Amino acid sequence: MEKLLEIKEIKKTFYKKKIPFVAVDNICFDVEKGECFGLVGESGCGKSTIAKIITHLITPDTGSVLLNGEETLFLRGKKERKLYQDIQMVFQTPQDSFDPRRTLGDGIMESMRNQGMKKHQAKERMYELLEMVELPGEFASRYPHEVSGGQCQRAAIARALAPNPQLMICDEATSALDVTVQAQIVELLNKLREEQGLSLLLICHDLALVQKLCDRVLVMYKGGGVEQGVPDEVIQNPQNEYTKILVDSVF
Amino acid sequence: MSMEEKITVRKQKVVKSHTRQKLFFFGGLAIAVLLVAAFAPYLTPYDPYEQDLSKALLPPGNGHLLGTDRYGRDMLSRVIMGSQTTIFSALLLVVIITIVGGAVGIFCGWHGGKLDAFLMRVSDIFLAFPGMVFAIAVASVLSGGVINAVVALACISWPKYARITRSQAMMIKHLPYISAAKLSGSGTWKIVWKHIVPNIAGPVIVTAVLDIGTMIMEIAGLSFLGLGAAPPTAEWGSMMSNGRSMLQTSPWVILSPGCAIFLTVIIFNLAGDTVRDVLDPKQRKR
Repeated sequence: MEKLLEIKEIKKTFYKKKIPFVAVDNICFDVEKGECFGLVGESGCGKSTIAKIITHLITPDTGSVLLNGEETLFLRGKKERKLYQDIQMVFQTPQDSFDPRRTLGDGIMESMRNQGMKKHQAKERMYELLEMVELPGEFASRYPHEVSGGQCQRAAIARALAPNPQLMICDEATSALDVTVQAQIVELLNKLREEQGLSLLLICHDLALVQKLCDRVLVMYKGGGVEQGVPDEVIQNPQNEYTKILVDSVF
Repeated sequence: MSMEEKITVRKQKVVKSHTRQKLFFFGGLAIAVLLVAAFAPYLTPYDPYEQDLSKALLPPGNGHLLGTDRYGRDMLSRVIMGSQTTIFSALLLVVIITIVGGAVGIFCGWHGGKLDAFLMRVSDIFLAFPGMVFAIAVASVLSGGVINAVVALACISWPKYARITRSQAMMIKHLPYISAAKLSGSGTWKIVWKHIVPNIAGPVIVTAVLDIGTMIMEIAGLSFLGLGAAPPTAEWGSMMSNGRSMLQTSPWVILSPGCAIFLTVIIFNLAGDTVRDVLDPKQRKR
């Protein structure tokens, strides 16, 4: 398998009132093409920070992020925008991830318009995308507060799919939704992965979800990676102390 | 269909149409005042600058609805003409401070860092001065004239807008939809213009409309002190100042521009209140 994304020795320290707090400490992992990679751990262990580092929303202190073997951390301007055609993200709170003053359709079309696509072309593709995420076309003209969380998250997935990315990061994409809607979204993600050959980086704290979807998983604790492997093995036979606690707290 | 349902439906309708009516009424009045100001030269019954000392200080009536001032100029014509100077300079002032303050505020909120700290300390300095005193100082340094009065008041008024927009921009910039816009490949300018500005426009517009009344007062105040419009320009503040000494003998000279200021400020304040009700429904419930 070819490596799509490589994370090497990423380190990030935040300062709150000059007191250092190590959010991510020497994390290394890689995501292969077409793979679903899970990142699990408790709240505040640095999972979302990694997602933000990969998408350039935060700059790490040290380390490197390679996409298809090329360093991405120092890309700026046009090249940075090009990176966003390969890496996309679905956020935790669907309603907050859409501009409240613009329609969902506008949000989905934004990346296509930024790539220089003509308006009618972008519109056509937007309706295709809505179909892909199983939303009726009339949702294009709705505002984020007019739709439910699950529908909004589907629109967010459609937006993430718009530039045809190679990697989609789902940062707790299902945790703000209720259980039945969660299952639908998970199913949708799985379907898209198979149809589009998409790689998924799934960030969540739900071990059952990881076991269902992911090919490999990394367990994080207090900023560091404690255990990596195939989900079934990690969950059935945890090697690390923390992983045991995590697994025990679920089952 | 239960009774309860019917009642709630009607209640909502009543509240809503009430706001609508108020908006039409006060908005209409405000627009009427603006139209009077815009077409002032065509509405004056007499030439507001023509002096006729034989008709000096005529009381209201006899062809001069609001009387005449001490140079025999028709007060009604001067009040109408003065609306142009006063209201348009107030509008210009509000537009200037909204744009300047808004730009500074958005920049500070978005950018943060040392420049933000510096600009905010500068705005603190402006806010620390008692507004009118500082405006008088600036206006007297710049010497008279309406434009200089506007500049002086703009100097002291922009920090308020910078504060509002800065806090809003800081709040919004951490929301996921800004990250999502960045991930959609939008550059900083596009994000600021398309996502931040529309989302903070509401409270800023409300503040601006509410400020029109205050600014009319302040411009008239500066003119009253002789730091605004220079005579013979018809301006409400300087007209009041002219009539000051004759308050007991011919009160109409000071009362007509005074009432004009009073009514205009009330109209713009009430219009601003209704605009707030419409744009910011959360505030209304309190």
